[in-house]
Amino acid sequence: MAKELEREGIPTVLLCNIVPIALTVGANRVVPTRGIQYPTGDPSLSREQEQAWREHLLMTALKALETPVTGPTVFPPDPKE
Amino acid sequence: MLRIVHYINQFFAGLGGEEKADLKPEIRTGPVGPGRLLQSLLRGKGEVVATLICGDTYFAEQPEEACRRLADLLFTLKADLILAGPAFASGRYGLACGEVARMALNELAIPAVAAMHPENPGVQAAAAGAYIVPCGSSAASMKEALPPLLALGIKLASGSALSPDVDGYLPRGIRKNVTADLPAAVRAVNMVLAKIAGRPFTSEIPLPQFDRVSPAPPVFDIRQATVALVTESGLVPAGNPDRIESSRASHFARYSIGGLGAFASGKFESVHGGYSTDLANADPNRLVPLDVARRLQGAGGIAGLYDYYFTTVGNGTSVQKAQAFGREIAAEIRSSGVKAAILTAT
Repeated sequence: MAKELEREGIPTVLLCNIVPIALTVGANRVVPTRGIQYPTGDPSLSREQEQAWREHLLMTALKALETPVTGPTVFPPDPKE
Repeated sequence: MLRIVHYINQFFAGLGGEEKADLKPEIRTGPVGPGRLLQSLLRGKGEVVATLICGDTYFAEQPEEACRRLADLLFTLKADLILAGPAFASGRYGLACGEVARMALNELAIPAVAAMHPENPGVQAAAAGAYIVPCGSSAASMKEALPPLLALGIKLASGSALSPDVDGYLPRGIRKNVTADLPAAVRAVNMVLAKIAGRPFTSEIPLPQFDRVSPAPPVFDIRQATVALVTESGLVPAGNPDRIESSRASHFARYSIGGLGAFASGKFESVHGGYSTDLANADPNRLVPLDVARRLQGAGGIAGLYDYYFTTVGNGTSVQKAQAFGREIAAEIRSSGVKAAILTAT
């Protein structure tokens, strides 16, 4: 789905845990996340910490949408966030 | 005597070109057009008892109605075999031939084979179980295209076991158990040795070929962009109103998030069958980050969110389906001025 959106000219960032699959299939903007069951969360954190993590992920994703790429590219979030 | 019914379009029936492409399904007794050549190839082994004709546009615009009408026409014919095409590289004709072959086999239990070029979009019917033999891209190869179509049809109608390797039809994505001569470990090591030595070998698991999409140009300033939220995580309103399947999803849905500040637990839930959904159901924003996206919107990080989010279940869902979902979503959001998409995947 990410590829078809990009094919139609809509920059699309894919937030997912299994990055090798995303790259093999050919998603162009990939932000790695912490778990299959919670792409934009981390249940091991407190509620406030999890909100901050989600915000950091989203900021990373927005940056990816503003970045020119030439092929499948990973935009890693800062693990310390 | 094998009773064969042949499916062709308006063009090969000699009724006309594009101006006749909305022709409704109709029937003629005996062979028409390329069916005459089929009849001569049969040499007494069978008879083309009737020809079904349908306009390409008519079929493409209402495939279900076209199939229903064709099935009605087939009802009294007591066909032993349906042959469709060859459609060569013609897209709408190929779609029709593939669909007719699929419908006859799967829904009417009549052996059926279509012929078309391997890059015809109609070959997608093979994944749904249709037998499709490859042929050239234009009608100039009609003479070469018909014998394999007929041969596979006769063999299928005889009830013989078939395989794509031996019988030359396009793989239907069906795996059959076979007994190998050697254990898997030995076969794997033999393949590695052959690969190292540069000898030819055949993988037992053909790798899917994924195409590459040129990246979309980036958003110049995301703070001025409306962004759409898309997910394959199966997040739906509680109760799953559109019955999205927990695996092998056949459709996606869109739900309003207008005026919604976050996904509330209990009001939204995941119906994905491929992972444990407890953690997501406790806080659905772990699947689609609506709460933080709204906060960023309030702080000027993005101009806005599209009024709907799009959702399906990416669990065993076919690439073809996912592509179709992506195309439909793209068409909608592009016409609504959305500049970028955030897609979360489980």
